[in-house]
Amino acid sequence: MPDYPDGALQAGTPAPDFELHSTPDQFVSRADFKGSPLILAFYPADWSPVCTDQMALYNEILPEFQRLGAKLAGISVDSAWCHIAFAKDRNLHFPLLADFHPKGEVAKRYGVYDENIGMAERALFVLDGEGVIAWSYVSPIGVNPGADGILTALEAMSSAEVPA
Amino acid sequence: MSAGVDLHSPRLTIPVSERDHVIGPETAPVTMVEYGDYECPYCGAAHPSVKAVQGALGDKLRFAFRHFPLSTIHTHALPAAEAAEAAGAQGAFWEMHDLLFANQHSLEPEQLLVYADMLGLEVERFATELRAHVHEPRVREDFTSGIRSGVNGTPTFFVNGVRHNGGYDPDSLLEAIREAV
Repeated sequence: MPDYPDGALQAGTPAPDFELHSTPDQFVSRADFKGSPLILAFYPADWSPVCTDQMALYNEILPEFQRLGAKLAGISVDSAWCHIAFAKDRNLHFPLLADFHPKGEVAKRYGVYDENIGMAERALFVLDGEGVIAWSYVSPIGVNPGADGILTALEAMSSAEVPA
Repeated sequence: MSAGVDLHSPRLTIPVSERDHVIGPETAPVTMVEYGDYECPYCGAAHPSVKAVQGALGDKLRFAFRHFPLSTIHTHALPAAEAAEAAGAQGAFWEMHDLLFANQHSLEPEQLLVYADMLGLEVERFATELRAHVHEPRVREDFTSGIRSGVNGTPTFFVNGVRHNGGYDPDSLLEAIREAV
């Protein structure tokens, strides 16, 4: 059994790899995002009210994330079939990854799996183009963390890239 | 890297100014800002609460409304916000604002024109501005200012610049206001 971190991985840590179903017949891995910043939004479950607001909000801000060169993926322990129905219902324009089997494995590697409820915590990671965590944040489970922290992290990253 | 971001007690990043639609005197001791969406049922529920708070505080309150349309789940929210702005361009923002909240389930384009007519606006000008999305940048500007202020859903209220995290029934809002002053 691999060692899992105690809490959410912090800035400066290389992001653990993953390979997860984005649809029942497609996989997405961390390497697919290499070269551009990646926002990983772990959330407890499709369909529950706060997650819904959170994902709807990110859907709305997607153009702003893209302007900053970033890609976005949501991750929960729901299956790819559930994600498809959810994404279709909410008209989401970004991939939802299924951390379904082995259940919560990727959330555990990022230190954001809640054993008590058997779901991912509501956690945000911003990875740089090299796959190193630039910012992470865990929100109380019932609280939508919004997008301000993500945007601030992305902006700090893009300004750091400009040569002095 | 997290310095400067307070996700727990966010503050309004763009203060209320001439650009805002405002009811109440600039000198009022309380400024309350709502970020809302005309198709959002919770905003609809909050609308009479705001009226009650305005009634209770009178001139002590300055109230401003900014747009936060979640347009991918509320497909009428953006056109409705643009309609409020188009009415505002003819001096009838708040009248349209009230009509839109009173008719949250009737926000089709042709219905927006009916509301403009009911308010005695120049319907041709109103329709042209909606078709050309003249007011969309303004609505987007409100939305972005909300994102940067910690608006994560609707309705979100700020009392004297600090996000109100409680309920939006009149008592909760009045309580937050009492604490702020």
